[in-house]
Amino acid sequence: MITILSKIPNDLWGASAYIFSKYAPLFYFGAKNTLIIALSGTIIGLIIGLGIGILRALPVYDYDSKLKHSVVKFIRFITSIYVEVFRGTPMMVQAVFIYNIFLPVFKNAKLFAGIVIVSINTGAYMAEIIRAGIQSLDKGQNEAARSIGMNNFQTMVFIILPQAIKNAFPAIGNEFVVNIKDTSVLNVIGVTELFFQSTTVAGIIYRFSDTFFVTALIYLFLTYSTTLILKYVEHKMNLGGYDGPQSQTTPLIKAHYVEKEKTL
Amino acid sequence: MIIQIDHLVKRFGQNEVLKDVSLGVNKGEVISIIGSSGSGKSTLLRCINLLESYQSGSIQFEGKNILSSIKEINSYRAQVGMIFQSFNLFSHLSVLENCVIGQMKVLKKSRADSERLALETLEKVGLAQFAKTSVMTLSGGQKQRVAIARTLCMEPKVLLFDEPTSALDPEMVGEVLNVIKSLALEHRTMIIVTHEMSFAKEVSDRVLFMDKGIILEDGTPDQLFNNPKEERTKEFLSRFRTQ
Ligand SMILES: Nc1ncnc2c1ncn2[C@@H]1O[C@H](COP(=O)(O)OP(=O)(O)O)[C@@H](O)[C@H]1O
Ligand SMILES: [Mg+2]
Repeated sequence: MITILSKIPNDLWGASAYIFSKYAPLFYFGAKNTLIIALSGTIIGLIIGLGIGILRALPVYDYDSKLKHSVVKFIRFITSIYVEVFRGTPMMVQAVFIYNIFLPVFKNAKLFAGIVIVSINTGAYMAEIIRAGIQSLDKGQNEAARSIGMNNFQTMVFIILPQAIKNAFPAIGNEFVVNIKDTSVLNVIGVTELFFQSTTVAGIIYRFSDTFFVTALIYLFLTYSTTLILKYVEHKMNLGGYDGPQSQTTPLIKAHYVEKEKTL
Repeated sequence: MIIQIDHLVKRFGQNEVLKDVSLGVNKGEVISIIGSSGSGKSTLLRCINLLESYQSGSIQFEGKNILSSIKEINSYRAQVGMIFQSFNLFSHLSVLENCVIGQMKVLKKSRADSERLALETLEKVGLAQFAKTSVMTLSGGQKQRVAIARTLCMEPKVLLFDEPTSALDPEMVGEVLNVIKSLALEHRTMIIVTHEMSFAKEVSDRVLFMDKGIILEDGTPDQLFNNPKEERTKEFLSRFRTQ
């Protein structure tokens, strides 16, 4: 023990490099779990958010039955409780609460527990992101879809959602980045993610600032590379059409740029 | 009568926008509606298409009250096509897909059949060469012609136009009006809200003047434009001529 401690350089960079090389497997294991939890939590959260967001944006019209009006009101009430509760309380508190309530289910599957907690938490944020995406669309899109006879479901699935999700993509991606950082609170229930592993390393060598400097760099690496990837995907997604303000006078493209028509 | 409207009343809160409107539309008839802004023209079209519901009165389509079966509202809407001032094209879809999606999802037609009719219809509005293009790249006049094609692809029995050229730059109005004229020649049933007076005069079998939520005057284009009975109609038309 003494021998290890005496080998650690005294300057920040030197110490960090030493700690990183010496404990790379521990950091790697933590970072891997962090990514697994953040990624699964974001994807499952998105699925939850889509469901809840759609439910919250369900339209009702004057000519719909009284029953339908009350059902929709009830759904909006229930879903808003979920959204407000999980957005209005710290994830650390949610983690302790959910983990202990479902202790018989989770037992020692802490990684699984972590994914469940992050998913439920993210779902609440995603629900609002999806709802905002839906509501930001021009109401003419909904009216045009209904005017050609689409029902609410078809309007939602084929017209509204594709556009809403595309508009919401930056916010959805941002949730992933936030989750990479926020999984650190799962340390409180002992999930072996990056923060937990860092505490372990720091505890072995009694060097907190040096260890957590390494930790910070790893988090930064994870979030920054994720951001770059998301930007790239976003850029690719926007190539399909020009979204900005445009003149109605001049067609932007000429007929000869158009792909040859498929012969039927 | 393909459409029979009786004593229609529509309120937005306290604001009575349609006051006891009655109107019969014959099959194959082209009706233009003129009137100043806020007189309830759009609201009338939107009630016919059930984008708005109404407080009292009734609308019958082919002899059947359109509100008698909520389940059939969607199939009713498909038969009454609506063309909007702001086009409302599905901006995530190509020109062709805009014309295909309703046929496939609502009419449950095959893709091949849907594409065939879509291309035929786009040909008719002069845009077949843009079939694979994103609608975002089109000019306003082109967008409105795609919107008309999209509606025509549903093979509706009635077409409702809500100021189809009002959002267009002047040089694009003609191309859209020409498409609508060609539809009038096919004796389609159409109700057109418009401020294009010479166009209304030319294509319509009947012209309605709406004022403050009622149909104040209803007659042939000749009667209405050359010999209006009501003071308000004269006033409205004179404002238009001097503009
Ligand atoms: N969704 C709405 N909510 C409240 N008031 C509306 C709504 N739509 C239209 N109105 C009101 O109804 C009246 C008639 O509008 P509209 O039918 O659009 O007239 P027009 O098409 O003849 O210009 C206007 O006073 C307008 O403010
Ligand atoms: Mg209007």
